[in-house]
Amino acid sequence: MKAIYGLYPDPDSAQHAVDELRKGGVPDRSITVISSQPYEEYQFSHRYKQTWLFWIAAGGGVAGLAAGLTLAYITETSWPLVTGGMPIVAWWPNIIIMFELTMLGAILATVVSLFVTTGLPTKDSKVYDPEVSQGKILVAVEEPADDALVERTLKASGIEEVKRV
Amino acid sequence: MTLQDEQKINADLLRPLRSTSVWFFLLVAFLGTILLCGAGAWFYQMSNGLAVAGIRWPIFWAFYITNFVFWIGISHAGTLISAILRLVNATWRRPVTRCAEVITVFALMIGAMFPIIHLGRPWLFFYLIPYPSERHIWPNVRSPLSWDFFAISTYLTGSTLFLILPIIPDFALMRDQMTGWRRRIYGVLALGWQGTTKQWHRLEAAMQIMAIAIVPVAISVHTIVSFDFSMSPVPMWHSTVFGPYFVVGAIFSGIAGLIIAMAVLRKTLHLEAYLHPLHFQNLGKLLLLMSLLWGYFTFAERITTWYGNQPAEMAVFWETQTGSYAPLFWTMVFCNFLIPFPILAIRKLRTITGCVIASSTIVVGMWLERFLIIVPSLGTKNLPYSWSSYRPQPVEIMITIATFAAMVLLYTLFTKAVPIISIWELKVGGHVQPQLTAEGETEEEHHALWRTRP
Repeated sequence: MKAIYGLYPDPDSAQHAVDELRKGGVPDRSITVISSQPYEEYQFSHRYKQTWLFWIAAGGGVAGLAAGLTLAYITETSWPLVTGGMPIVAWWPNIIIMFELTMLGAILATVVSLFVTTGLPTKDSKVYDPEVSQGKILVAVEEPADDALVERTLKASGIEEVKRV
Repeated sequence: MTLQDEQKINADLLRPLRSTSVWFFLLVAFLGTILLCGAGAWFYQMSNGLAVAGIRWPIFWAFYITNFVFWIGISHAGTLISAILRLVNATWRRPVTRCAEVITVFALMIGAMFPIIHLGRPWLFFYLIPYPSERHIWPNVRSPLSWDFFAISTYLTGSTLFLILPIIPDFALMRDQMTGWRRRIYGVLALGWQGTTKQWHRLEAAMQIMAIAIVPVAISVHTIVSFDFSMSPVPMWHSTVFGPYFVVGAIFSGIAGLIIAMAVLRKTLHLEAYLHPLHFQNLGKLLLLMSLLWGYFTFAERITTWYGNQPAEMAVFWETQTGSYAPLFWTMVFCNFLIPFPILAIRKLRTITGCVIASSTIVVGMWLERFLIIVPSLGTKNLPYSWSSYRPQPVEIMITIATFAAMVLLYTLFTKAVPIISIWELKVGGHVQPQLTAEGETEEEHHALWRTRP
């Protein structure tokens, strides 16, 4: 992968760089912004705001509910012994099992979706610079069509040096 | 927040990971020794049978189940409080959440050990897991003990993930900041985290969902622990108030445990710049509320029993009010209400020291509460011919002490491996927050309107 990136000392200059890149015709999908903390209040971080994660979690919950129901039902009917005068399939206690597995399903679905959608874990080399952990914000253009234009635009937002990978 | 501020935060919070004093090794050796003694006591019990414990008919639940309920209660400090503060977007939560979440995970692990210790033959633990099998084992999903298994494993899984997910960006930071073998280890643990806007969004969305899911799970866990008791027709157990009473007690002891942990961390890791008196003040107010709620529930439980005047229940009632368990009962009342209430209610006394004193008495009081729920009821059951008393044996005392040592040891080791304050969340707290004003309204106009609005 080929990329050109600049490291910005604050989110304002990073936002400026992103705006200028867009004005210069660089498509959004080529621009990557990397930081050591989320910047919800800046426009550059709004691109991925839409997510299906909540629906996936709900789906995981439904799967968990079905698993809880099935487990309780199969277990009770496979060993049909009466305890405490309760019916063989006793719904009141089954609700507890179903509730716990519903929540477990939602939690596991959330975590699995998080890892899948963010591509974690990964060993692939990507655009990154350890200076990000010192507070710098990395703005990169992957597979740039015009190297000189990207370099000029990145530098115009207050940095003297751009890097290439 | 400037780059220098961010680097200072990195340096301050990574300092405990980089430098290790001789006191750390001495503490680990001391706690490890206690833990080994506890393991030895457990092995002795396994070799000689449960007879070496003080458990005798009819009191088959005593210290071990007390510890089980107590530690599950302590576990409510973390994930539940952290999740609630996250959901209401309380900005002061940022330095507190990880301290709290760690308590949950370790307390749950320790608490979940006790039913296994109590089994006497722990290698048969898997009998508890209710899965259909061909071994002719009858899994009873109608038993509260099975509910415990589901509730605790769900809560432990959720809490562990709730703790680990926000650590991943900090692992990435440590990967960049550390050298040598530590860099390699943190590199693996960071899972290739970069910090792209997409990753941040997904992480925050996932944490939001987890926070929503974990609150009802946490409440269900201690409700189900209370069902272990309230589903039995034992005097003073068979009560509808037990669910919320246990949940309130759990949050109460959990916050107390959290305050003690935070005060120790603040002092030993020199986190004065991050764990402010304000954090203790706020948690102190929450503790005050829980103390009042605890007093309310205790009163409601006691007056209902007293007014009902059932002979079997009154026998347990008087045993705890004026009988052989009265010293423990009144110590509990002092520790949970009479001492902490004035300390936490009077603003001048609600200092860090005041909060720690109140929390310490609460931890003692809540352990006694668990003991007083379990033992007097079993020792004074319906038929007087079966009445008995209980005296803990050295094996039980040693194992109990060892679990406290285990908690401190696990916490100490964790603070050496992971920053105890979430670095990235702390930095987010330094961002300029958007003003809560209507569109086009200046702050001055907003304040003026608030003064005039009814």
